[in-house]
Amino acid sequence: MKTVTIVPTGTANTASVVAGLTRLGAAVEVISTAGDVQSAAGVVLPGVGSFGAAMGRIESLGLTAALRERIEAGRPTLAVCVGMQLLGRGSEESPSSTGLHVLEETVSRFGDGVIVPQMGWNRVEPDPGSRFVEAGWAYFANSYRLDRVPEGWVGSSTDHGGSFPSALERGDVLACQFHPELSGQWGARLLDRWLQRVEEAA
Amino acid sequence: MTLASRVIPCLDIKDGRVVKGIRFQGLRDAGDPVECAALYEQQGADEIVLLDVSATPEGRGHALNTVGAVRTVLSIPLSVGGGVRSADDAGRLLEAGADKVGINTAAVSRPVLIAEIAERFGTQCTVLAVDGAAGPTGWAVVVESGMKRTGLDVVEWCRKAVAVGAGEILLTSWDRDGTRSGYDLDLIRSVSAAVTVPVIASGGADRAGHLVEAIGAGASAALIASILHDGDTTVGDLKQALTAAGIVVRP
Repeated sequence: MKTVTIVPTGTANTASVVAGLTRLGAAVEVISTAGDVQSAAGVVLPGVGSFGAAMGRIESLGLTAALRERIEAGRPTLAVCVGMQLLGRGSEESPSSTGLHVLEETVSRFGDGVIVPQMGWNRVEPDPGSRFVEAGWAYFANSYRLDRVPEGWVGSSTDHGGSFPSALERGDVLACQFHPELSGQWGARLLDRWLQRVEEAA
Repeated sequence: MTLASRVIPCLDIKDGRVVKGIRFQGLRDAGDPVECAALYEQQGADEIVLLDVSATPEGRGHALNTVGAVRTVLSIPLSVGGGVRSADDAGRLLEAGADKVGINTAAVSRPVLIAEIAERFGTQCTVLAVDGAAGPTGWAVVVESGMKRTGLDVVEWCRKAVAVGAGEILLTSWDRDGTRSGYDLDLIRSVSAAVTVPVIASGGADRAGHLVEAIGAGASAALIASILHDGDTTVGDLKQALTAAGIVVRP
């Protein structure tokens, strides 16, 4: 059985992530130490609430360096919603917080003229070379997003008052601004492809 | 902008069963919540709303179990409301498997509840459910399952709620609920024009044309209940009709 460990960034929505992975046959555990982050075959970084609150939880658990190392090494890691944003340097949402800073890019709020939060289903179009993402519809619930695709990463794009990176991948790291666990069969297939990488890399 | 308009089946839950009434009264049994939710997802539903209409503490306990059971099978978003009085209540629903939590009566009595939930769980988790009844000038907020009319104006209340953290408005016309006489389009227009967050139209759907009208009036999503539970139509049929009317939906 594929074992996946979840970083407890907060309480909201964790049940949906656990349910989504469990339906695909994964055993899900919750991480508590930096050692767990290093030894886990697959790590999920779910995002809830605000950038600052999620980053605060990670720092108070002492997981910052271990997560950064893991992501830089391209080891199987799935970052969802605010979890993806945490890869950046910082966010307009919480100006006093520093992110995991794996990326130089920052996170900003959607502009005027569109519904915010972006709440609902939108198209995701992968760039050439994507190993995880197929074109399709994903469920979003976000007011902020990364500005652009960083160098060295393969992106996917979505349009909400302009194009933004809705997914990033490098090695076995997959970051999604949308919620794959809430994106129906399309999302389940995406999670399954990532779980296969967890199994193969273990 | 390509964000799709949503079709959202609503399951009113009492003592672990789906029920449906007219203007919140005369509830009749409409099936098992897990079976209904799974069926509607298969038909192409974009999200499921569960409204706990139990009035008792025992009923509330049932509701948490129902949320957990539905979550296990559901791979689309689950929004849950009914009886939420505190951020801790919201936390329990989220832990049980909800993705969003709706607040209604308790937010009217204590508006700071909106900010408390938004700060702890995010605005995207915080849904303001508003039941509006038409009056001589505009719409009055009604609470306690429609039993009590407040002096609050619906449009003003929505504007205020969004300013303090509501990330979505579930807007029900009390006059139309369960009547199948079409959504209250003026109500949808007035609220959609006043806020920047998504508005879900609720109350009165009978056929696809009603959903088309609601989205034309500014709703981001249309809630449906009676017409699905009675088996008169499917989410798939409704979405086909929306597509034919030029509205973008997730296929």
